[in-house]
Amino acid sequence: MNSSVITFPGSNCDRDMDVALKKFGFKNKMVWHNDIELPKSDLVVLPGGFSYGDYLRCGSIASKSKIMQSIINFAKGGGKVMGICNGFQILVESGLLPGVLLRNKYLEFICKNIFVKVNNKNNLYFKDIKKNILEFHIAHNEGSYFCSKEQIKEIDDNNQIALCYSDKDGNIDEKNNPNGSIKNIAGIFNKEKNILGMMPHPERMIDSALSGEDGSIFFKNLINNLK
Amino acid sequence: MKVSVVITLKKDVLDPQGKVIHQTLDGMGFDNINEVRQGKYFEIITKESDKKKAEEKVEDMCKKLLANLVIENYKIIGSQ
Repeated sequence: MNSSVITFPGSNCDRDMDVALKKFGFKNKMVWHNDIELPKSDLVVLPGGFSYGDYLRCGSIASKSKIMQSIINFAKGGGKVMGICNGFQILVESGLLPGVLLRNKYLEFICKNIFVKVNNKNNLYFKDIKKNILEFHIAHNEGSYFCSKEQIKEIDDNNQIALCYSDKDGNIDEKNNPNGSIKNIAGIFNKEKNILGMMPHPERMIDSALSGEDGSIFFKNLINNLK
Repeated sequence: MKVSVVITLKKDVLDPQGKVIHQTLDGMGFDNINEVRQGKYFEIITKESDKKKAEEKVEDMCKKLLANLVIENYKIIGSQ
């Protein structure tokens, strides 16, 4: 399986993602934002970080970079695209995913482990994952998912909510909402479910000595489902 | 020509920064404030000398980059 990780000026989780993808069997290529052509890929990943220093709005400048037109075409043709953290912000700014990520409700940069409940397993990203609740890591300042009432209805109706912040037992409530996201949303799909954006970092959970293994579960499952 | 644009958050979008500014102003003794909303201001200096054309261009810039229409409104407040 071939994957591509896009590096923007200010990306800082691109190498972690490269390590994670390779660990679970992907042949990964790093792609510079100024490139025009996307290498042959089964999966494209927009990594976390602070592309362009979060100028204007997080992800807004990166969403207009040269490589993005190829990624938009790739995604619209059914290509699998995943955006983590800043990558999620880039996906909403490029219009590939609905909504927007606002400043965290309590104005804090949040950096901690959290639990997310998988809301929809009928897609290649979460199909066959036995666990319903995963422990991931979040590190963001603008992760409060927001969209209009009409959009949230559409997202709900199309089963586009991927992950919701919860406690370790899967309770989704205000207490377990770290950033003020509507409906505790931590990740969403596009309608066709080939595009996934999420604030949590699975690539930070691939080593039991350092953190945890729920990211390993995620990546192992992903490469199997892409085969 | 210089075109000035103000970008504001839509009414039902949470603005935690505006809230904190409001609370701080309250604490400083500026009372009778109902609400504070934070926005952005841009000055676009363009070679275009026709006012209408310049404003149309800036409007297009707002739609495509300067504002995110999911959460923000834009308003051209002056051209000179």
